[in-house]
Amino acid sequence: MESCGFHCTKIENLSVKIGKEFIIKDINIEIHCGELLMIIGRNGAGKSTLLKSILGEINHTGKVEFFDMKENKKKKIKIGYVPQHLNIERDMPTTVYDMFASYVSNKPVWLMKDKKLYRKIRESLRMFGAEKLIDKRVGNLSGGELQRVLLAIATSPVPNLLILDEPVSGVDRNGTKDFYEILSNLKKQYDMSIILVSHDLDLVKKYADRVILLDKEVVKEGTAQEVYNSEEFKNRFGEIA
Amino acid sequence: MEVVYNLLEIILPFDFMQYTFMKNAFLAILLVSPIFAIIGTMIVNKKMAFFSDALGHSALTGIAIGMLLGMTNINISMIIFAIIFAILLNLIKSKTTYGADTIISVFSSIAIAIGLAILAQSGSFNKYSSYLVGDILSISESEILYLFVAFVLTLIFWYYLFNKINAVSLNSTLAKSKGINVKAMENIFAILIAIMVMISIRWVGILLINSLIILPAASSRNISMNMRSYHLFSIIFALFSGLAGLIISYYTNIPTGPMIVIISGIIYFITFGIKKIGILDK
Repeated sequence: MESCGFHCTKIENLSVKIGKEFIIKDINIEIHCGELLMIIGRNGAGKSTLLKSILGEINHTGKVEFFDMKENKKKKIKIGYVPQHLNIERDMPTTVYDMFASYVSNKPVWLMKDKKLYRKIRESLRMFGAEKLIDKRVGNLSGGELQRVLLAIATSPVPNLLILDEPVSGVDRNGTKDFYEILSNLKKQYDMSIILVSHDLDLVKKYADRVILLDKEVVKEGTAQEVYNSEEFKNRFGEIA
Repeated sequence: MEVVYNLLEIILPFDFMQYTFMKNAFLAILLVSPIFAIIGTMIVNKKMAFFSDALGHSALTGIAIGMLLGMTNINISMIIFAIIFAILLNLIKSKTTYGADTIISVFSSIAIAIGLAILAQSGSFNKYSSYLVGDILSISESEILYLFVAFVLTLIFWYYLFNKINAVSLNSTLAKSKGINVKAMENIFAILIAIMVMISIRWVGILLINSLIILPAASSRNISMNMRSYHLFSIIFALFSGLAGLIISYYTNIPTGPMIVIISGIIYFITFGIKKIGILDK
């Protein structure tokens, strides 16, 4: 199934201020389903802040709206999120099932392993080739394994907008490539828009439909080629692309 | 209550069970240990050990304020103060960027200082000094009923809200994206700790209460593979050290609280050894 292209998330005039200082300012982004938008920027450019304010975790001005253009009306947006890291340590007695169930169910994981829920979770994990991890402890997963588990959590249920904060470390090159392949398939399979904060400029070039260069504001927007060739990009990253 | 007493005598026909104070203490431990064992699992996971310790310390201020206001039941002023203390701590923690341990330490020291200052100035420190070490043998029948209510409430709470609190502790933004009210969960959990600590502090003592919360969960964490065994072992360790501590203290004249903590400590080091040797790793 190809995505229909009739769903659209509009981010309008999003600003976050701490004290007198703007962390991000007047962000306007429009993204359609089936589109993979990647956000790049240096440390401190406000990438994580942008994601968190889209999710409503940080106080912000401006709004995030979701339009269904087939029915021509506004709808409540469902957002899935893949975090950069978890507050978890090696050997913590939290299995993938425990974590997954905590996010998607109210059946208390400390008391029982619900068979129906267990099967459902295994099915969700299978879509990302992670069903064998269900009884493993989260703290003992590799970076790539954890990423796939988190992706399975973020897409149960399937969101309209999927937001990903790419981990800086812990995932090897092949793992990262697999991950991007999975994302490409996801956006094709479902009516889903994807926003990804990435640090890997090569992979961004290969997979992004559109790229935004963020530095408190949207300083450049376009295809990877356009952004990488721009003055704004060279000022911030130098001549690497 | 008579029925429960008789039942205890039949099930445990030992000579220490003929005293009512031992029966009461036995029942109290049966109720308090599991509460702390299960709350402790999350306190350890969330690295809140210092937080619950500070809450214990805030009891002194709660007592002092209750006394100043001339309240007959200082439990109420202790609970109210602890709840305010806990919410305030959460609020300030979320507003500042530097380490939570520093903030907690500041709050904790101020709470002790104010409590001591007021109590000493009014000359009533001796009256309340028993709160420092606690005395589980002085617990009364009606107080056991309170503990029973607290026990049931904690279980209900844990049944319905554990998943959400766990979700928040793993990643608050992810929890938020799943529609969980992060701030409410943080505060509700802090309030639960505050209430449970205050209800039990007279029997356990300000100095030892945190060890009852932390040790069983920490021991269990050493050897558990998932949330279910984590809770189960924590409860078993808490009950075992509580009841064994009570019985040993009866025969040896060592105070009950310290005896319980010593046994919990031994269990901790045994589980720590098991983890280090790696018996559990396949």
